[in-house]
Amino acid sequence: MKIVKIYEDSCVYCHLCEVACIVEHSQSKDIIKAFKRETKPIARCSAEFNYPLSYSVMCRHCDDAPCIEACQTGAMHRDERGYVVVNEDKCVGCWMCIMACPYGVIKKDERREVWGLSTKCDLCPDRETPACVEACPNNALMFEEV
Amino acid sequence: MKWMKNLKNYTPPAFKVIRDDDRCIRCKACVEQCSFDATFYDEEEDKIWNWDANCVSCDRCAAICPTEAITVETRGYSYRHNYSWGSHIDSLKKRAIFGGTPVVSMGNDKPYKIYWDHLLLNASQVTNPSIDPLREPMELKTFLGKKPHSLSLKDGKPDTRIYPQLELNVPIMFAAMSYGALSYNVVEALGRAAQHVGTFYNSGEGGLNKDHYKFQGNIIVQVASGRFGVHKPYLDVGSAIEIKIGQGAKPGIGGHLPGEKVTETISETRMMPQGSDAISPAPHHDVYSIEDLRQLIYALKEATEYSKPIIVKIAAVHNVAAIASGITRAGADIICIDGFKGGTGASPQVIRDNVGLPIEMALAVVDTRLRDEGIRQDISIIASGGIRNSMDVVKAIALGADAVYIGTAALLAIGCTMCQQCHTGKCAWGITTQDPHLSKRVNPDIASQRLINLLDVWALEIKETMGAMGINSIESLRGNRLNLRGIDLTEKEMEILGVLPAGE
Ligand code: SF4
Ligand code: SF4
Ligand code: SF4
Ligand code: SF4
Ligand code: SF4
Repeated sequence: MKIVKIYEDSCVYCHLCEVACIVEHSQSKDIIKAFKRETKPIARCSAEFNYPLSYSVMCRHCDDAPCIEACQTGAMHRDERGYVVVNEDKCVGCWMCIMACPYGVIKKDERREVWGLSTKCDLCPDRETPACVEACPNNALMFEEV
Repeated sequence: MKWMKNLKNYTPPAFKVIRDDDRCIRCKACVEQCSFDATFYDEEEDKIWNWDANCVSCDRCAAICPTEAITVETRGYSYRHNYSWGSHIDSLKKRAIFGGTPVVSMGNDKPYKIYWDHLLLNASQVTNPSIDPLREPMELKTFLGKKPHSLSLKDGKPDTRIYPQLELNVPIMFAAMSYGALSYNVVEALGRAAQHVGTFYNSGEGGLNKDHYKFQGNIIVQVASGRFGVHKPYLDVGSAIEIKIGQGAKPGIGGHLPGEKVTETISETRMMPQGSDAISPAPHHDVYSIEDLRQLIYALKEATEYSKPIIVKIAAVHNVAAIASGITRAGADIICIDGFKGGTGASPQVIRDNVGLPIEMALAVVDTRLRDEGIRQDISIIASGGIRNSMDVVKAIALGADAVYIGTAALLAIGCTMCQQCHTGKCAWGITTQDPHLSKRVNPDIASQRLINLLDVWALEIKETMGAMGINSIESLRGNRLNLRGIDLTEKEMEILGVLPAGE
């Protein structure tokens, strides 16, 4: 199974992984429209910085995923590809998965009307190579076998 | 706005950063990538601003911007046009305002004549066949070092003393650029590429980081006037030792690595205190004559048991031919001549822009002189300084070079945009900096691949051109000036270059 491997020595902290993630999860998948006209989705990856260190981090798709364990409704589950994803219809925004994730890579999207939605990396189901990996200018993210 | 302009230290900005607001998505990639403090974001206004006076036109922001919102433009002079004063106005004002002589980097950028562009190559038609390099073997293999005068046999076996040689798969090597001037990752990339292609990279005068001893077999080590990082294991790991007398970008001037670039690892490698300026004196304090040079050459040969060729690198200056003859007689195996377009990590602008000779001229006169004196086989010639493409390589070899060094060209392959800020240590492309956050911008995997691609493509282009000339070995091109014709040159220039005019 392939996941996004993080090569922190090459991260230049440009945030383009986040930009690409936002575009990929937007309605139009058009960079200008996604940022300027539509409700902007939350980036599933986050570029972190503490001089001179920087890297982008997103879900590790753990074998033994504490977030799935913690989820009371079964919204957080493993899909047919073997990746850990959220079922939007089932998520009730209790944020237990956020408490459980040791990497802090699940984000709160509180914009849904009734309750919030856990938002995390889904490894771009519509693409062969995840958007962040393709956008990274310095190969700091690589889609590789674990 | 972050700053307010002050007339007291004002010279008009040389560049203007233009941002198309319809395209800008406020991702701030440009803000983060600008290492010269020329781009910033105002949270309250939700606006990206530029302080044009700080912009050096490195193009990093424009290159990274995901929506192509940025154009960096060169500003015209804001003063009334004056042909004779032109850029001298600002240049003079800077000296008057700041009270110092400007230090610059990269090579001479003044519009002197580039002789490569006035030399045309020959091709075969009807009377001699051209060769298809994809179907027939083409030899680019090059050996650098002293060659025997004649071959003799004893009992049917060769009985000729063979001198140590550098064996190159392509007649192109990476010029001396020190660890200190360059970031660790760039040295790593140069080493990997040299190893992969089968050529050499030159450590420059800053010693060799212990991690890079692994490139043994593909390193030329340099001994310069500062003697930084020179010790026995260093001399041993080199396949050749280069004595640096001078450099094309600053003939007669020593080296200077600003203290900001002397980090912990650099200070360890150079064997000098951290944070202090690394100054290489203008002359070697033990070399004041050809005889002294001979002593140094033989000291190094002695120290390495005559196992490797000694290179002497000089800047191309007015009496270069006589100096080259002396260097040959002093016992050097290889001479490197660095033309005035050669790059540097830091040089006083006045020197860079006004001192030296074009490499084409220097190369031609040195080759002619050594042939006339019957000592050409005693020494190989490396041409360096201003080699921009594979055809410059072909023309250099036809003018008499055995091989060439590329420095600037190699950095361009890695990302450099020739913004000439290497001396500031803030290189936005991560090349000439010791800032660990900036130097990450060069990924050695990507950079070494680009260098390999460059050398592979140049090698192919050289083979194609040789094939067109009907030559199947680089040996037959060497010094073959009959394959060159001059165009738009005076008779005297052609006489010096030793080429016929186009049409003759
Ligand atoms: S969200 Fe956190 S816990 Fe769940 S799979 Fe990803 S990294 Fe593991
Ligand atoms: S795109 Fe790559 S280099 Fe840029 S912040 Fe993300 S991981 Fe780092
Ligand atoms: S990144 Fe380079 S070109 Fe862009 S504003 Fe900064 S200095 Fe100028
Ligand atoms: S990189 Fe381009 S899109 Fe992003 S903030 Fe800068 S100008 Fe705007
Ligand atoms: S190495 Fe860096 S600082 Fe020097 S000219 Fe190239 S891009 Fe500019």
